[in-house]
Order: sequence, then structure tokens, then C-alpha cells
Amino acid sequence: MAVAEQQTVADAVPATSSRVPTVIVDDVHIVYTVYGAGTGKGSATAALARLMSRKANPNIRRVHAVKGVSFTAYRGEAIGIIGSNGSGKSTILRAIAGLLPTESGKIYTDGQPSLLGVNAALMNDLTGSTNVLLGGLAMGMSQQEVDERYQDIVDFSGINEKGDFISLPMRTYSSGMAARLRFSIAAAKNHDVLMIDEALATGDRAFQRRSEARIRELRKEAGTVFLVSHNNASIRDTCDRVVWLEKGELLMDGPTDDVIKAYEEHTGK
Amino acid sequence: MSTVSETTHDGAVAVGALAAPSADEGLSPAQLAAKYGLTVSGARPGLAEYTRQLWGRRHFINEFAKARTAAQYTQARLGQLWQVMTPLLNAAVYYLIFGLLIGTSKGIDNFIAYLVTGIFIFTFTQNSVMAGVRAVAGNLGLIRALHFPRASMPVALTLMQLQQLMMSMFVLIAIVLMTGEVPDASWILIIPALITQWIFNTGLAMIMARLGSKMTDLAQLMPFILRTWMYTSGVMYSISNLTAHAPHYVRILLDVNPAAVYIDLMRFALIDSVTSAQLPPHIWASAVGWAVLVGVGGYIYFWKAEESYGRG
Repeated sequence: MAVAEQQTVADAVPATSSRVPTVIVDDVHIVYTVYGAGTGKGSATAALARLMSRKANPNIRRVHAVKGVSFTAYRGEAIGIIGSNGSGKSTILRAIAGLLPTESGKIYTDGQPSLLGVNAALMNDLTGSTNVLLGGLAMGMSQQEVDERYQDIVDFSGINEKGDFISLPMRTYSSGMAARLRFSIAAAKNHDVLMIDEALATGDRAFQRRSEARIRELRKEAGTVFLVSHNNASIRDTCDRVVWLEKGELLMDGPTDDVIKAYEEHTGK
Repeated sequence: MSTVSETTHDGAVAVGALAAPSADEGLSPAQLAAKYGLTVSGARPGLAEYTRQLWGRRHFINEFAKARTAAQYTQARLGQLWQVMTPLLNAAVYYLIFGLLIGTSKGIDNFIAYLVTGIFIFTFTQNSVMAGVRAVAGNLGLIRALHFPRASMPVALTLMQLQQLMMSMFVLIAIVLMTGEVPDASWILIIPALITQWIFNTGLAMIMARLGSKMTDLAQLMPFILRTWMYTSGVMYSISNLTAHAPHYVRILLDVNPAAVYIDLMRFALIDSVTSAQLPPHIWASAVGWAVLVGVGGYIYFWKAEESYGRG
């Protein structure tokens, strides 16, 4: 049964002669060093005493967030990453983006993956239009390209639907508006590997539909898309393969329907 | 639970077989990566490639500095006027204390121009250092969201300080003219003096950016170090008057201080009563030397930790 289903997924992959890997995650372990955790005293005298006695800071704790995860992603795939809170989903995405060092194991990528998270604020004290310009230039677009795509980006974000908000500083935006603008800026460029961390959950229904369409477009342009979400419906709509992480371990990797079914049984939905 | 782990096993095996079409079968992940030209994520590019990427982001750097300058005073009623007001008020405070109350002006002609030049030039270096300390830590959102050479941040922030200094220079030139100086050929020296100091500041900001990204206490500590530096740089007194009877090595130490070098050069350019006889020997050599040493050294030092910024 499983074989038959995987056959259909393989057929669904865009017609490239052979499957080209874009991201290879090879037995990756990630350990966070957390400052200010635990029960150690944080007072100045305690800190001085530690400096004098050269003891390790008890406030520093190590958290083993990802334990030996391996998978390979191919061009044209959209991969959902699911799991309960704290299972290491965002951590593995940040490691693929090169923002977190791995403790052991290696991550190979094709080009520079871009991570799009809801918490990644751009420049809050600058206006929306300045953010579009700076974000585009920072991603390596030329001034001319940014000018050409500016209107598309603003229209896609839907920021101006309720009046001229694009000329207001980003700190005045609601969290949903800010997330929409950030997604629109990052999605304006064709990425080889785009990773989206629950960004779709923040927009309203109309924006969710637009962004799902944009994700499909990006896949057609031979990119690879990763999507972290707790919304199983949006994973079903956009992804053909799902990786299930639990407590930092890879529990299951396979076609969307199989994995989500098992996940829903597991969580008792 | 047991059924789940069994499914996992089956699934992983099935996908693994699927993932390796005939040609790629049996390749280790590293070999597979090498075959398709994949690179280790987050690895630091070589120095030449890094410089090329940084040059490719020059429009970003320029726009970032411009936008930041514009946004700096948006919360203030007087807005951009503070760009001129801040250095003016600083100069007024120091003139009150060091010119009128303590009287370090003894033996200096045109003390107002002398003092204001010193303050503006030192402020340029001081603000570049403080901006550098916060360059990575203060832009984590941008650094974590988008990929660009991280050196863009300290470079842009120093460029922003240069733009701020340009505003101050108009004030400075107005003050200098009002105090009776006459423009002459030596004013051309303003340009090389500013360029060397800017390169020096950029390198210094990059050093501080790397240190500040790891040592979070630095932002608290720097104001004290910078104040000490300012008081030893002859901002409000003349080093040559002070060290007339001091041991030789003290004089040399005070004279090679880069802040003192750039201040002396600007005073020499602007103020007629500051003659080359008052300047330490080889001052242009030290100005260029400091710019090259700190500019290139700071750039390499910053690049060495490129992959670690914004992590953790």
C-alpha cells in the first residue's frame, strides 16, 4: 500500500529527468546553549564570586533540540514539517538556513536557503515602502528590479487595501500586516530553497490563498519549499511530502496523507 | 505507539530507496552533495568572494544609511534639525566648562574653533564605535530574516555617521568663519583627513561589531573607555602645550593616538594659527597607516566570524 502511494508522489514531481537534491540533512544534532536558565543566582555578587572561583555558570544550560535527523529534499518538492510544540521544527529550519550551527552532522544546500519566520522583524521604525526597498536590496536585487516589483509586492501583501498604510512606519502595523509584508518581500525573489515558519497562519483567509498560490508558483520554478505549520489543512493543500519530528527525532517521513493520518491518530484529533 | 514506530521504519526505508535513483544509489550524503554541487549551509565565503558580495550590496548599504538617518529623529518634534543641534549643544557645553570655567584655552588662539573641531572629529569616531558595538546585536531581526554579507551593517552605520558629520561640518565651517578664519588652500586637506578617518572608523566599527556580538556587556562598558580616550586625545586642550615638559615617551604615546592624529589634521586644515610646526612629525604617515591597519585588519577580523553572526 505504502509503495503504491509513494509511486503517485513520485509521479507528481515536476518532469525533471532525474531528481536533483537541493537540501541534504545528514545525521544532524543541534544543541542550544541557553543563558539565564536554571536556578542559579543572577545577582552581581554571585556573578563576581563565579568569576573569582572560575566555576562554570550554573545559569548556562545545554538543550539537545535535534537528535540525529537525516533527510534529503529534492527540487520541486514542498515539504511540510509537523510535530508538537518544542519538537525542534523551527530549530531544524534555522539550521538549514545556516543561522544555527550544528553540534555534529552536516547540512548541504543548493545556494542560500531563505528562512521566513513570523518573528523575524525587519526595520520597525522605517516605513513599509522603505522596508520593501531595503529588503529587496538586501536580498541582492538591483535598484531597478526593486522598482519594477515594488507595486507587485505591495499589492500581494494587501497592506494598502484599507488605506495608505505602506507609507507608515512598520511599528504601527498589526502583527498580521507585518507578517504579510515580510512574506511578500521575501517571496518577491525566486529562491532555490524557501522555508516558511508558520507565516501563513498569521494572514487572513484571502492572503492565505494568495500565499499558497505563490508557494505553488515557486515550486514550479524548480524551487524547494519547506513549511512549518500546525494547520494540517494548509499542509495538505500545499505539501506533497511531510516530515514529522517529535522530541527532536525524526518520527516519520513520507507522503502527506500517510504522515498526517498517523500524526492525527497520535495526537488524538 | 509501536505501530507508529513501525510505520516510521517502513516509511524511512521506502523514501530512502525512492530518494536514490539508480545513478545516485549507494552514494553517501557527502558524495551526493558533491555530485550536485551542494555546499555546507552557512559556510563563510572566501575573502575575495565576500568582498565581491559586499560590493554587490553597495546600494543596500547606501539606502540603509539614508533610511536610518531619516528615521533617527522621526519621534522628535524638531526632526532632522537635531542633526545640527546635537553637535552645537555639545560644543556649547564643553566651551562653558573647559573654555570659561577651567580655562584650558590658555595659549590657544581661536579656542572656540579649536574646541569645536576637536569635539566634532572625536564624536565621529566615538559614534562609529558605539554604532559598531550595536551593529550586529541591534539588527538581529534583519540579520536573521535575510541573507547578505554582515559587514554591510557596520559599513552602513559608519556611513551614516559620516553623513551626520557632513551636517556637523557645515556648522563647523560656519563657526570657523565667524571666528575670523579665512578659507585658504589648506582647506583642501579636509578631504584626505576625512577619508582616512572614515576608513579607520569603519575598521574600528567592524572590530567592535564582532566583539559586541559576543560580549553583551560591551555596550555598558564602552562609554567609559570612550570618555577616557576622549580626555587623552587633546579634544579640549593642546597636547603639545601639555607635554612640553613631559618625558619623551609620553609625548610619543599621545601623538600616535589615532583620534589625536585626525583631530590635529582637521585643525591644521581649518585653523590658520595651527601651523605644521605644532603637528607631530610624520602625521600624514600615521593617519594613512592607522586607516590601512585598522581598516583592513578590522575587515578581516569581522569576516573571520561571518558565519556566527545572528546565531544562537
